[in-house]
Amino acid sequence: MTSDRPTTLLAELTHRCPLHCPYCSNPLELIRADAELSTDDWKRVFTQARELGVLQLGLSGGEPLVRKDLEELAAHARGIGLYSTLVTSGLGLTRKRAEALRDAGLEHIQVSIQDSDTESAERIAGVSSVKQKRAAIGLVKELGFAFSINVVLHRANLDRIGELIDLAGGLGADRLELANTQYYGWGLKNRAALMPTRDQVLKAREIAEAAIERYRKKMQIIFVLPDYHEQFPKACYGGWGKLYIVVAPNGQALPCHAANSITSLSFPTVREHSLEWIWQESPGFQAFRGDAWMKEPCRTCPRKAVDFGGCRCQAFALTGDATNADPVCTLTPFRRIIDEALAESAESGVYEYRVLSGEPQRA
Amino acid sequence: MALTSDFVPRLWRLARLEFDAVRQRPVLLYPEGAVLLNDTGAAVLELVDGKRTVGEIARVLGERYQTDVTADVTEYLSGLAERELIQ
Repeated sequence: MTSDRPTTLLAELTHRCPLHCPYCSNPLELIRADAELSTDDWKRVFTQARELGVLQLGLSGGEPLVRKDLEELAAHARGIGLYSTLVTSGLGLTRKRAEALRDAGLEHIQVSIQDSDTESAERIAGVSSVKQKRAAIGLVKELGFAFSINVVLHRANLDRIGELIDLAGGLGADRLELANTQYYGWGLKNRAALMPTRDQVLKAREIAEAAIERYRKKMQIIFVLPDYHEQFPKACYGGWGKLYIVVAPNGQALPCHAANSITSLSFPTVREHSLEWIWQESPGFQAFRGDAWMKEPCRTCPRKAVDFGGCRCQAFALTGDATNADPVCTLTPFRRIIDEALAESAESGVYEYRVLSGEPQRA
Repeated sequence: MALTSDFVPRLWRLARLEFDAVRQRPVLLYPEGAVLLNDTGAAVLELVDGKRTVGEIARVLGERYQTDVTADVTEYLSGLAERELIQ
């Protein structure tokens, strides 16, 4: 083996979704239903992933429940020994489908919650969804799935982090992921409306840290500071092409969900190549392995073994060159880009909603 | 914080011990995570049954390896407890 074995496959089964969240991690150019992989394609990809060493499978989207073959895919994944998580909005999870997923051997369901305040939650999702989410969560609990709640944090809900934590606790979540908005694609487009103030972030951290202790052994709480507010960049997915593979709805295989935004690289699809070839040989996956690609200050920095120079997608999006240091890092002159964004953050409260076709809608 | 020798460790109810045929290694699988285990780690976890104490697990393994492994076993399980994989 010339590279590490991957542990995780995120299968973006579709980009179709009933929600329009303005921080969606899907790319701006959403893939249409007629370009999606078939059931057999996905099964082949899962099998190849397991043979390559993948242990964890995320059945994600868009909204994966839009795919009528989700149960069949979940059963295949369980049959070959993958641990599967369904990453869902909850919309479309009927009793019949929930039972079929349980019977297929799906183990873990992660449901997104937009806010603890109903009006705000529906404004963020751009659609009425709270009632349907509660019904879905009731089924997840009743049928005994391992259950996580995921909340994307930003300016409009960060002050309610305490309420969000207690809501998740009350709903019986085993895990709560408090994920700060990442500014790629839709998130970057909406950055000025999403970016919290430093004061909000520090208060939220205090509340989260106290809650982590309070909920110990009842609910696992994951809270990571937003990278814009940190001194050093995040070690994105443990390094480029090291642990993680994303397969987009059209079969394009990527080292992370935003990698396609780096237009200087190209990524092959699982229609043309095996996942093994893509992982081992494809130029896109090899591009930022190791440290030969690094420029200063990364090249001679002792932190390169810790954060691998940070996020390549962020470096490309904000500096125009994916081999630059992640501008979050205070050791690079590009840091001023982040500081300017932080200073501008309070300007707008208007979202540009995620839509699959036509012109973007405004709130 | 180190676990005491009379503590009865239990695997997190959402975690399960599996064997990864690709890597030929035991692995602990749980929501959004996987820990690959070495033989020693697997030997410890195979004895975690919700009945044995840390001290008893160390005694069983100590007899097997003919050496005192109390410190190693305590450290290993305490590390997993810190990550809430052992409760």
